[in-house]
Amino acid sequence: MSEQSAAGTSGRPAGRLLEVDDLRVEFRTRDGVAKVINGVTYHVDAGETLAVLGESGSGKSVTAQTIMGILDTPPGFVTGGQVRFHGKDMLRMSNEERRRIRGEGIAMIFQDALSALNPVFTVGFQIAEQFRVRRGMGRSEAKKRAIEMLDQVKIPNAKGRFNNYPHQFSGGMRQRAMIAMSLALDPEVLIADEPTTALDVTVQAQIMDLLAELQRERQMGLILITHDLGVVADVADRIAVMYAGRIVEEANVYDLYAKPAHPYTLGLLNSIPRLDEKGQELRTIKGLPPNLMNIPPGCPFNPRCPMAQPVCREKVPPLLQIGAGRASACHFAEELVNRD
Amino acid sequence: MTENILEVRDLVKHYPVTRGVVFKKTIGQVKAVDGVSFDLRPGETLGVVGESGCGKSTLARVLMNLEKPTAGSVHYKGQDISKFSGSALRRLRRQIQLVMQDPYTSLNPRMTVGDLIGEPFEIHPEVAPKGSRRDKVKELLDLVGLNPEHINRYPHQFSGGQRQRIGIARALALRPEIIVCDEPVSALDVSIQAQVMNLLEKLQDELGLSYVFIAHDLSVVRHLSDRVAVMYLGKIVEIGTEDEIYDRPTHPYTQALLSAVPVPDPTVRDNKAIIRLTGDVPSPISPPSGCRFRTRCWKAQDVCAEQVPLLEIRQGSDHPSACHFAEQREIVHSHEA
Repeated sequence: MSEQSAAGTSGRPAGRLLEVDDLRVEFRTRDGVAKVINGVTYHVDAGETLAVLGESGSGKSVTAQTIMGILDTPPGFVTGGQVRFHGKDMLRMSNEERRRIRGEGIAMIFQDALSALNPVFTVGFQIAEQFRVRRGMGRSEAKKRAIEMLDQVKIPNAKGRFNNYPHQFSGGMRQRAMIAMSLALDPEVLIADEPTTALDVTVQAQIMDLLAELQRERQMGLILITHDLGVVADVADRIAVMYAGRIVEEANVYDLYAKPAHPYTLGLLNSIPRLDEKGQELRTIKGLPPNLMNIPPGCPFNPRCPMAQPVCREKVPPLLQIGAGRASACHFAEELVNRD
Repeated sequence: MTENILEVRDLVKHYPVTRGVVFKKTIGQVKAVDGVSFDLRPGETLGVVGESGCGKSTLARVLMNLEKPTAGSVHYKGQDISKFSGSALRRLRRQIQLVMQDPYTSLNPRMTVGDLIGEPFEIHPEVAPKGSRRDKVKELLDLVGLNPEHINRYPHQFSGGQRQRIGIARALALRPEIIVCDEPVSALDVSIQAQVMNLLEKLQDELGLSYVFIAHDLSVVRHLSDRVAVMYLGKIVEIGTEDEIYDRPTHPYTQALLSAVPVPDPTVRDNKAIIRLTGDVPSPISPPSGCRFRTRCWKAQDVCAEQVPLLEIRQGSDHPSACHFAEQREIVHSHEA
C-alpha cells in the first residue's frame, strides 16, 4: 500500500485516490441487454466526501460493485472504461492484486448490515479474522485489535460484545460493527452504499456522525451512495447526480443546492417535502425513469424534462464543465444556472 | 366542532412471548401498543410518526380490526368496532380500508389489475352489480392516474409507484370513509413519492376521505397531516396540530426526532444543533418504569422513573404532551434566506 502511494505518477493531483473513468457496464439477461452504466466518470481525493446521488436503477450501486470487483458476472459485464486506484487500472489487475486492494485500499459498507454479516460467526470473530488472515496476527492479538475497533465505533462494552452474534445486535449496532469491520485494515477509500437507509433518524444521525469523525481522523476518501437529499446536504463535499447510468451533474454541495445545473436535480429538489413548512402541492417530476433495455435516444431524461427541446431528443448531451468544479450534462445548463 | 368519525380510547395490544414448543409457557408480553387515545375528524389527516418498534403498524392493524385489542376501544360513529365480528364486521370493512407499505408483496402476482381492484366487489356485491364492475374498475384506474386500458395487466408489469396506485385504487373501490395508510410512500423513490403524495391529497379533496397516515418520515408526515401524534414505545408522547408539533414541540423525544432529520440545505449544516440521543430504543417486553423515554432523555429526574407522565396540556404549552418537564423549544427553524 505504501509503495503504491509513493508512486504518485505524473499529471495526477496529489491525494487523488480513486478515479472511475468512462465506465460502462451492461447486464445481459434473457430478456435483453440492459445498459446499466453508460460512461460514468468520477473521482475521490483523500479526506473528501463524494456523494453519489440517484434513484433506484440509476446505476450508483453497480458502479460501486464494479469498483470493489464484486459485480456478479454474469449477468453483469464491464464493456469499457477504467477504475484507477492510485493511477493503476484495477480492471486489468489479476484477482490476487485486486484482493490485496480490497480491505486495505478500498473497503465498502452496505445498506443491510444483517445480511452483510455472517450469522453463524460472532461479530468479534468476523473482525478479528481480517487481522489474522491479512496481518498474520495470532488469536489473542487479533482479538485485542478487534475489541479496539469495536471500541472505536463506540459500541458500549466492546469486550463483552465481542462474542455476540449479529442477531444479538440492534440495527444501529450492526451498522457500527460493519463499519468497524470495513475500517479494520485502515483503508484509504471507504464506499458506503446507503449506510443509513434502513435505520431510524435518531440512529442515522449517530452513524453519520461516526462516519464523519472516523473519516476526519483517518483522512479517508469517502464515497457516500444515497438517495437522501437531506443526508447529502449534511455531509458531502462534492456531489455526483446519476440518472439512467450517467452522471448528469457534478458540483460542490453548496452550488448544487443553490443553483442546480440539470433539470433532473432541480426536479428532485422540488419534489421533496420540507420539514420546516407545510407547503402546497409538491412539484413532481412527471413520468418514470427509463427502461434500461430501451433508453430513449438523445438525453435520457428528455421524456420527463419540462425544458426539453427537439435537440434533446437527438443528441446525447455530454457532461461538460460549466464553471469551477461544476459539470452538467444538459444542453441548457447555462440557461438553468443563470436564470433567477 | 363536527363529530369525530373515529374515537380511540386507551387502546392496548400486547402479544404474548412464549417459550417451549409443545408446552407453551407465556414468559412475557410485548407491549406493542400500550394505552393510546386519539380522535379522527371527518376529512382530516392524522399523522402518526415514530421509529421502528414504536407500535405504529400494530396500531394500524388494530384500527383495521385485523387484530383484537387486548383492552380499550375503537369507536366508529359511536359504535365500538373492536367488538364487531361476522357480518357486522364485514359491513364495517367497507368504511375503513388499508393501504400497505410494500407495493411489491401486497398485490397477488397471479391476478390482473382488473381482478385485484374488482375483488372487493365480489365480497360486497351491493356496491357494484356484476355488469358494471369492469367500468367501475376503469373509473378507479383513471382516478388514481393509471391508464384504464391496462386493466388486463399483471402487477409485475408496473413500477413501484404504479403498484402503489393500484393499492390505493383497491382501497378506494368500496368508497370508504377512512383510509389507514401504513408507510404508503416509504418504499418509493423521491420523484415517485411526491407523485403518490399529491395523489393522496387530491383524493382526499375530491372524496372527503379521512386518513390515518402512519410513517417514519417526519417531512412526509408534515406535508400531508392536519394533526400529528408522535409515538414512542407503544405510547403517544405528544399530539397536536401540524404546526404545534413541528414549530412548538414540547416533548424531548419529539425535539430530538425533529433535530435529527437531515435538512436538504447545506448552508445550515454547520450551525444546526442536533440533539444527540444515546443508545437504542428499549425492548417493548420490559419498558422502563415511569416515563418510557427517560433512559435516553437528558432531562430525566427521579420523578420520571416513578410516575408515568400523562398526555395532557401543561403550563406554557398549547397541546398535550406526556413529559413532566414539557417545555417549548424551537427546533425546525425556517431556513429561507
